[in-house]
Amino acid sequence: MSEFVKILLLLVSTILVNNYVLGRFLGICPFLGVSKRVETAVGMGMAVTFVMAIASVITYLVQYLILVPLKMEFLQTIAFILVIAALVQLVEMVIQKMSPTLYEALGVYLPLITTNCAVLGVAIINITEGYNLLETLFSGIGAAVGFTLAIVLFAGIRERMEMTDIPPAFQDFPIALVTAGLMAMAFLGFAGLV
Amino acid sequence: MEKNKTLQTLTNGIWRENPIFKLVLGTCPTIAVTTSVENGIGMGLAATFVLVASNVVIALLRNFIPDKVRIPAFIVVIATFVTIVQLLMEAFVPALYSALGLFIPLIVVNCIILGRAESFASKNPVLLSMLDGIGMGLGFTLSLLMISTVREILGNGTFLGISLFGANFQPAIMMILAPGGFLTFGILMALTKKISQKSAKAGK
Repeated sequence: MSEFVKILLLLVSTILVNNYVLGRFLGICPFLGVSKRVETAVGMGMAVTFVMAIASVITYLVQYLILVPLKMEFLQTIAFILVIAALVQLVEMVIQKMSPTLYEALGVYLPLITTNCAVLGVAIINITEGYNLLETLFSGIGAAVGFTLAIVLFAGIRERMEMTDIPPAFQDFPIALVTAGLMAMAFLGFAGLV
Repeated sequence: MEKNKTLQTLTNGIWRENPIFKLVLGTCPTIAVTTSVENGIGMGLAATFVLVASNVVIALLRNFIPDKVRIPAFIVVIATFVTIVQLLMEAFVPALYSALGLFIPLIVVNCIILGRAESFASKNPVLLSMLDGIGMGLGFTLSLLMISTVREILGNGTFLGISLFGANFQPAIMMILAPGGFLTFGILMALTKKISQKSAKAGK
């Protein structure tokens, strides 16, 4: 199988079949927390895409250039979370300098990404699946696009829900979770695609 | 009065500020690992251990950690305990370790733990922080137990691996797949909301 086809399959699988939010349950906190408006959902999605792509590559390098040669794989969790936290901080500063408009759009969401479990999740999955550097990059991008797709669709549904008459016990989170359940059901339709 | 406060700290996490149903923190493992009761309890206890240990250490160090770097400092403390749990589980309960898989290292980014470190342990003495950790951990474990009980019975027809309905029962496999997790969680949360609304009304 040529490299190109492999990458394409990897993208389809991370975006649709094993969608990080609806299939692998990663990144549910921001998925529920920042999905009340479509614009904020898009902002969060963009910030996550950016960080996830870079974090995937850097954690890959940390694993194979530092941890494996030193035989310190057991420090993986600590090393990765520190890399991600530092990276988020760095990205925040760079964006602030380079593009104030983008910074304004992403601003509030950037620090939140450190505790987005999808970022650490994708870094660890890349290692356990034994991807090479190129596959790692695209797995990170695919995961992030999948996250963005799910959160933007979900925000669209939630915006409409505001107008509807929901029983008091179900308001806010419970109805959101039930909606996410129905979305997950729809995404199950992609199973077996790859 | 003093005793009252201690008791309240302990019970706070179980119902009034239940991390799952009331504060809605740590939702990822809640949905991911609750496909069976065994996994639910295992995850709950692992997170409880990390929560108690990190709360104690952070409470001990609360006067030494500079305010500006407190979040990275907390994360390092938490990640250390997660690594300890990870190695212990791999050695002593390998089956559970492989069932929970990815979600053990992800305890690091479980918002409950960082949330308690920030909002409780960094401001309170050691003993109270420990009790808060135990209470929150129990609340988390009990919530996981509730969700996983519903999902395992409906989705697999078993409870802790014991078959409940005999061979003719057709389990609704959906309940142990992704949608079932979201649905069960949503409906149970609506239920707890209903109960607390009722008791609030009765209290008035």
